[in-house]
Formats: sequence, structure tokens, C-alpha cells
Amino acid sequence: MIAINDVHKAFNKGKANQVNAVNGISLDIKNEEFLVIVGANGSGKTTLLNLVAGSVIPDKGTISIDNNDVTRLADYKRSRWIARVFQNPMSGTASDLSILDNFRLAAIRTKYKGLSIGINDNFKREVKDKIATLGMGLENKIEQPMGTLSGGQRQALTLLMSVMDSCKVLLLDEPTAALDPRSAEVVMRTADKLIADFKLTAILITHNLKDAYNFGTRIIQMSEGLIINDLDGKQKTALKQNDLFDWFG
Amino acid sequence: MKIFNIPDITTDGSYTLGGSVTGIMLTNHQSTWVILPVVIVAGALAGALTGLIHTKLKINALLAGILVMTGLYSVNLIILGRSNLPVSDLPSLFNSLHLVTNPNQNTLLIISVFVVVVTFLIGYLLKTDFGIAMRATGNSESMIRALGVNTDRMKITGLALANALTALSGYLIVQFQGFADISMGIGIVIVGLGSVIIGETLINWFHITKVWISLILVLTGAVIFQLVLAFTLAIGVDPNLLKLVTAAFVLLIVSLPRLSFNKAS
Repeated sequence: MIAINDVHKAFNKGKANQVNAVNGISLDIKNEEFLVIVGANGSGKTTLLNLVAGSVIPDKGTISIDNNDVTRLADYKRSRWIARVFQNPMSGTASDLSILDNFRLAAIRTKYKGLSIGINDNFKREVKDKIATLGMGLENKIEQPMGTLSGGQRQALTLLMSVMDSCKVLLLDEPTAALDPRSAEVVMRTADKLIADFKLTAILITHNLKDAYNFGTRIIQMSEGLIINDLDGKQKTALKQNDLFDWFG
Repeated sequence: MKIFNIPDITTDGSYTLGGSVTGIMLTNHQSTWVILPVVIVAGALAGALTGLIHTKLKINALLAGILVMTGLYSVNLIILGRSNLPVSDLPSLFNSLHLVTNPNQNTLLIISVFVVVVTFLIGYLLKTDFGIAMRATGNSESMIRALGVNTDRMKITGLALANALTALSGYLIVQFQGFADISMGIGIVIVGLGSVIIGETLINWFHITKVWISLILVLTGAVIFQLVLAFTLAIGVDPNLLKLVTAAFVLLIVSLPRLSFNKAS
């Protein structure tokens, strides 16, 4: 699904403070694979995710999604395949817009945003039904501005929004980092369920080793812009939580 | 209800641009209905230019607006040919179109039609999928890019629309006051900003989320703003102090919500 081939990315090139964020990574992510990326701060995880999303364009190497070369494709054009959940709940939703407006935009992520009014009674009902599945009681608040909700509620809704339109790849950049433990658990469970239900290919960045252990079908560890551990399928199942802690020992 | 988080100063230039184009075309005996689309396109071009400078050259929006506004001053002088152009004797919108016999009521009626039509168009636009995407652009750029919107194009379009509307104001005011003047646009951005801020204060007071009501409150804000200025003049304040009063009044309404009367220390 996602093929990353010898990708390099450096920031502040040629200056004293040059940072080689990604140092020649090759990675093949299969269809419906749920990849978890762990690594210390500054190991290049987020840059790698941004390279896939298109927020950052590589200096060298190629990236393809679903057999389409997207190496130099702008991020908003990659939304055809990719949905994102950001670390900051504010980044994934528009605070001043109603929940309904946010969902409307998500529902036409891969489509043209034209001059017709897309929100009608049918659409409202569809959104309400979707939101009701979260069990947070938000289905009666769809006219409220997104900004009135808590971070956990917003992250859960962002996840739901990602599957409002056809979606193949879900990128999760520390989605629970800003949340309390209970909200974090709800968000991770929701993510796991959506990834399974909609057969998504997913990449999760996390600092929470428990999440890294509990979720995903493959795990890689990054350090200084390189992959230093890569376990998939049975290897990941066989992995013990303590082994993971040892990676950071 | 902010659409973008950009204070666009191009306004001062595009307002005068609308006025200048109207003035010179009236002088050359063009019909007011021919002038209308030309003014709108001229304003849109000015706005699009600011948008292009801001998005493609990555120049701060405020600076981009100042640059275009400064350039427009010369453009407007060239269009007008001199600093003041009277048009009161020429057939214009308000003296060629007679809906009622009383000229004052006639003017009010024509202006009201414009306001209603423009409000309706903006209200509709903001409710469409395109409009929601535009509102989200000023709100969460990362989100709206992830949802497949070219935010650069959206900002250029938005600024073009805004300045087209500003030029339309210049078009109306020139025909209303009977002359185009090179300095008519000075401080108009503050008038617009003040009106929007009053509107926004009302929106926040009443917790309005509906687009239509928000628009009506912004209109109310514009009327309140003009009333305050009219009141200032009526109580005998020196007209030379008008811009100072305007600035002070905007400062007052901007700072009111920030002043807290029960601060901890």
C-alpha cells in the first residue's frame, strides 16, 4: 500500500544546525497493515509520517501510495487516500465550525467542494447515527461549535471523520498525547475498531509503550533517522512488554 | 464570525479603486450597470494580487496588503487623472433609477436592495460546501489541507471576494456623495474592522452559531459604527478629529471584552 524507498530528509541544510531527520529509510507497508512507530524524541518519527502525508517533501528517494508515485504530490492532493489525526486535537478539527460542518467537510474529503449546500436532513441523520456509535452522547450536539468539546471528544470525532469518505490510509500522530488516560483509551479503542472495520492501512506514532504493545500488527523503532528494529506478525505477538522497555534501555 | 484570520489592508486601496473606476467611467458616460461588473472585477484583481503575494511569495499578509494598497494609490491617481473628480451632475445609480419619488427614500431603498442581495449571496455562499471549506481555512489550516483543500487558492479566492465587495462599496459611495476622491479610502479598513468587531461582540454575547444571524449582526455592527460617528459629529466635535474618534472608538470596542473587572490581583 505504501512504499517508501531510500528516503532522506534534512532540515536547515548546509547550516550549522542541520538536522538529518530521516536518513535513507526504506519501508514497505502492506495493505491493511497497522504499523506502530516508536522512538525517542528527535528520532524522525513525525518527519516520516509527514513525508507520507505530504506536509514534508523528501530531499531524496521516492514514496508511493497504492502504486501511485506521490513523492512530490502536495498534501491536499494526497487526501484522496489519506486521513490524518493530529497530536493536537485543535489541528484535526475547526473549532469555530459546528460538529456538523466539520463532518460535512470530512464527508467530501476526496471530492470537490462546490457551490451547493450539502447539509440536508439526510446528512444530519447520517452524522447523528455515526456519532451515536461512540456512546459519548454527542449525537444531540451536532449544531454546537467543535471548540466547546473536550480534547478527547474532539480526537474521537476526528477519527470518525476520517472514515466519512473513502479512506485507505489512516495516519495517527500521537493521537492520545494530549489526553487523560480514560479518554486516551477510548480514542485508541475507537481507532483500532475503525481500522479493523474499514480495513485501513494505518500508521500510529506513540510514546505510550503499552499502546505500542497492545495495538498494531507490526512495530518499528526509529533512532537518528533510521529503523533499528522491525517486528511484524508473529514476531510482534511474541514480543513481551518488557522487551519493548528494553529497546529504550 | 471570522472567515480568515487575516487583517487585509488592501481594503483602503480597493475601496478607492472601486470609486475611481466608477468616477472615470461615469465621466465617460458609461451606464451605471456597465460600471458595476467592471468595479467588481477590479476589486477582485486587487484582492487576488494580495493573496498571491501572501501565499506564493510567503509574505506576511499584513505586509502584502500594505504593498498592494500603496501601489493602488498610484493606480487610482492614474485612473482618476487628478485627486478629485465630481460626478454629481452625471446620470448615476441614485438619480437615474426612481423607485419612489422622495430622493432620500429612493436612495435608502436602492441601498437596501444592494444590502439584501449581497447579504443573501454571502449567506448562501458560506453555507455551501465551498463556504464551509473557506470558513475552516481561517480556523484550522492543517485540518483543511488534510481534507483536500488547497488553502493557497482558498485564501486568494477569499481575498478577491472581499476586495470585490469593498470596491462595490466604493462604487456606491461615489455615486451617493457625487465625487470620487483619491483619499476617500483612508482608514476604511478601520471602519470595516470596527463594524465586524461590533458584530462579533454581539455574536459572542448571544452565542450565535447560525450564519444568517451572524451576517445580520455584522450589518448591525456597521450601522452602530456609523451611528456613533454621526452622533460624534452631531454633538459638535471638530470634523478634523473624526479619524481620531474612529480609532479611539475601535480601540474601545476591541479592548472592552479584554478588560476584566474582577481580576485576581
